[in-house]
Amino acid sequence: MAPNPLRPLASSQFDYWKALHLLNRAGFGGTPESIRALANLGLSKAVDSLVDFDRLPEPIVSRRPPGPDGQWDSSIMRPPTAEEQAVATAARRANDEETLARLQRERGMREVRDREQLKELREWWMTRFLETNRPLEEKLTLFWHGHFATGYRTIEDSFHMAQQNELFRANAAGNFRKLVEAIVRDPAMIKYLDNDENRRQRPNENLARELMELFVLGEGNGYTEQDIKEGARALTGYTFIDDSFVYREAEHDSDLKVLFGKRGRWDGSDFVRFMFERPGASEFLCLKLTRFFVTDLPGSPSVDVREFVTALARLFRDSRFEIKPVLRAIFNSEFFYAPTNAASVIKSPIQLTVQAIRSLKAPVRSVEALTAATDLMGQALFQPPNVKGWEGGRSWINTATLFVRQNFLVYLLTGRRPTQSDWATTSDSCDLTHLLADLRQGSDPGEDLGAESTARFLLRFTLASKPHPDRIATLVRFLESTSSAPENDRLLGAMTLVTAMPEYQLC
Amino acid sequence: MSNHHVPPTALSRRVFLQHGVMLASMASTIPAFIERSAMGMLATQGASGPGVAEDRVLVVVQLSGGNDGLNTVVPFGSADYYNARPTLAIGGPGTVRDATGQALLLDRDQGLGLHPNLTGLKELYDSGRAAVIQGTGYPNPNRSHFTSMDIWHTARVDGKGTGWVGRYFDCTCNGTPVPEGAVAIGGQAPLAMMGEVQKPIAFESAELFRWLGKELHDGLDAPYEAINRAGPLEGIEQDTQMNFLMRTALDAQVSSDRIRSAVAKQPLVTYPQSSLGNQLRTIAAMIRGGMRTRVYYASISGFDTHGGQIGTHANLMRQFGDAILAFQNDLKAQGNDGRVLTMCFSEFGRRVRQNASNGTDHGTAAPMFLLGSAVRSGILGAHPSLTDLDQGDLKYTVDFRSIYAGVLEDWLKAPAAKILGAEIRKAQLLTSG
Repeated sequence: MAPNPLRPLASSQFDYWKALHLLNRAGFGGTPESIRALANLGLSKAVDSLVDFDRLPEPIVSRRPPGPDGQWDSSIMRPPTAEEQAVATAARRANDEETLARLQRERGMREVRDREQLKELREWWMTRFLETNRPLEEKLTLFWHGHFATGYRTIEDSFHMAQQNELFRANAAGNFRKLVEAIVRDPAMIKYLDNDENRRQRPNENLARELMELFVLGEGNGYTEQDIKEGARALTGYTFIDDSFVYREAEHDSDLKVLFGKRGRWDGSDFVRFMFERPGASEFLCLKLTRFFVTDLPGSPSVDVREFVTALARLFRDSRFEIKPVLRAIFNSEFFYAPTNAASVIKSPIQLTVQAIRSLKAPVRSVEALTAATDLMGQALFQPPNVKGWEGGRSWINTATLFVRQNFLVYLLTGRRPTQSDWATTSDSCDLTHLLADLRQGSDPGEDLGAESTARFLLRFTLASKPHPDRIATLVRFLESTSSAPENDRLLGAMTLVTAMPEYQLC
Repeated sequence: MSNHHVPPTALSRRVFLQHGVMLASMASTIPAFIERSAMGMLATQGASGPGVAEDRVLVVVQLSGGNDGLNTVVPFGSADYYNARPTLAIGGPGTVRDATGQALLLDRDQGLGLHPNLTGLKELYDSGRAAVIQGTGYPNPNRSHFTSMDIWHTARVDGKGTGWVGRYFDCTCNGTPVPEGAVAIGGQAPLAMMGEVQKPIAFESAELFRWLGKELHDGLDAPYEAINRAGPLEGIEQDTQMNFLMRTALDAQVSSDRIRSAVAKQPLVTYPQSSLGNQLRTIAAMIRGGMRTRVYYASISGFDTHGGQIGTHANLMRQFGDAILAFQNDLKAQGNDGRVLTMCFSEFGRRVRQNASNGTDHGTAAPMFLLGSAVRSGILGAHPSLTDLDQGDLKYTVDFRSIYAGVLEDWLKAPAAKILGAEIRKAQLLTSG
């Protein structure tokens, strides 16, 4: 019998470097200290401590939503009241240009306020990434944002984006089917994929198509064009008013439909139920989770990956689409820790940013600068490029984004903005001595900290894999040539080099 | 109409304008120059244009915010224009209109002129290097900046999917992206350049297209170079992510050298000190430096002139006109003007009637400009009617996708129908295929 693709790593194999891999992938890395703490838990408890994040206290985020009671303001883009509508209609009828101009100005002002709230939302989320004690919850929230991609430019309602973000977080490691049930009722998604225009007389196929193609089954995987048409009819009348889902019976097509070969007066819930009866429903998401957490090599998946995904999919079906068992299986598996899967995922801009700050304790100088930086690197929060979300993998990297990434790390380490002409290590520089303090106390007690062991530790800690001898030699030479400089300056110099290594883009 | 002196021939011109519009509408809104080109296409079908497309370059200049087309190409022959814009209208050539000045003459018979600050564009027009395309737009115009911009970028009426330039590369690159095929000067690459396969690169200035860490310490330069120019290290397997990154890092160094050495050369003309001037100077330097980039993208923003429009718009017109003139003159001095086509557009024009704040609100159709020695210089298409409006906005007379189709087919020698996903009649934009 073939070995179980999901067989767990032997617990004796779970060491400091495996814990580092786990925290990088299931979260955003951490300081040497936090990695040691995770390693000390042992494999199974370490994984549980990340997956069962809901047992931890609610994260405290130093930034609060700007609306009343520290909530997001839901009223900015609210629909006009009957009274306001009457005023507008009367003005249009009377050709009252002054009133019309005023109404337009007011609308413009609300749009400006809404964009301000979106900016707050982006910065609040970035802060939460940096501060949360539940890194996997936030990482999954980002995963779902990319999976059920919805962009603000189409929505133009920051509250709906905040609402959807909270939906992803609340269901981050919950039940996939429940999440899909919720997403077809989510105002932002309904608007983004035009289901507010999906009516009995005039069906709109956008949501039905993407549900099968991008969200649940995968392109061409177990459905027909006919199923899309019938699925769209099942979803007619699923719309929203203000901030809430409504089902408009008058706009719903209650006639007979044939969905996946079944005849009935199906509605949206039936449609979702039927999709989850297809084998594709488990395989599609498990492959995507594997690409996100284990390996994102381009091209068709290898035999090993396919077997791993098939086994995950079986587990997913058996657990009725609960996500936690799948995550636990991934993070406990020998496959996840296999040398071929080390340093095989290209960091997303969010991963690059958050991991650098969390693991190096780099000062957060300006959250606005961080969100601007991930925009430049191609990952604008709340604005994925299209309904397919971020492509990920190698699409993050080109000759221009590579310089943006390297220069951004210089900024994080030293406080030097890329546009400043003169360079100085200021008091604002990142204090990196804590990295060495751990080296001193922890892994090699009693050993003299020469350039060689410093270089080896910094590289191994930062690069997610065993460093290449050439890189060690380069870094040793640099450290030796600067031996008279203050310790933190040397470390800053060394880390600007390490973060400029091509392999730094991997985790 | 107190300070607006109507020249003696205005009436006939007005009649001509209206007449022209009527003819256009009878021809089911297909402008004549598109019709002609459809016939021309039949005649030249099968002509592959051997060797011409390879070294051709397209430069797209985006005017963000919705440029006021009516105050860019001024219909000074129309009384309706002056009625709709009592304080914003620009006077005809030879008239006295202190606040807004006099238009530069384009065509007396059609009663059309250019914004007084567009002296650069006027010079290009007069020397046969500029085409003004009237009334470009698309069906069911969207007045949201974002959506309308997405429609222009995707060349799809729903504004969704990949960009039209990106699809051009996808369609012609046999599944492998062209390295640095598409370059945008700016922080973020525009949607227009995003393909499934082809991805653009974007940078704000050549100065940032390099590693800035070197300035921290003298000792960092050598190790950085050793790290990033090594390429794939010994023992790193071919298909791994690590190998890919090491190759890209080396590519980045090589590109950085090439771009920065190109940009470091003194340009052959003087550029105005403006953002667009700097962007176009960078692009001209890259063209001169022999970069293999096929499509460049530059942009200038600030056109959303809802209030106090006169001064803001005048500044933008000055910046725009001066920058494109310097650019075209630079290309000419380089001897590259024959192989570079520049296309300028905005996501929409503005409302015909001015608003209560001496500004204009979001509108619809507006002119595009094509520049270069290969363009059919002149005024192409009919000016939209100023009286037959759609909710106070101009009705477009030219579908912008027919301009894209002309650029794709005749300039880039690419299959426009496949790229645009629709049978769009191409416009005849060049003096010869």
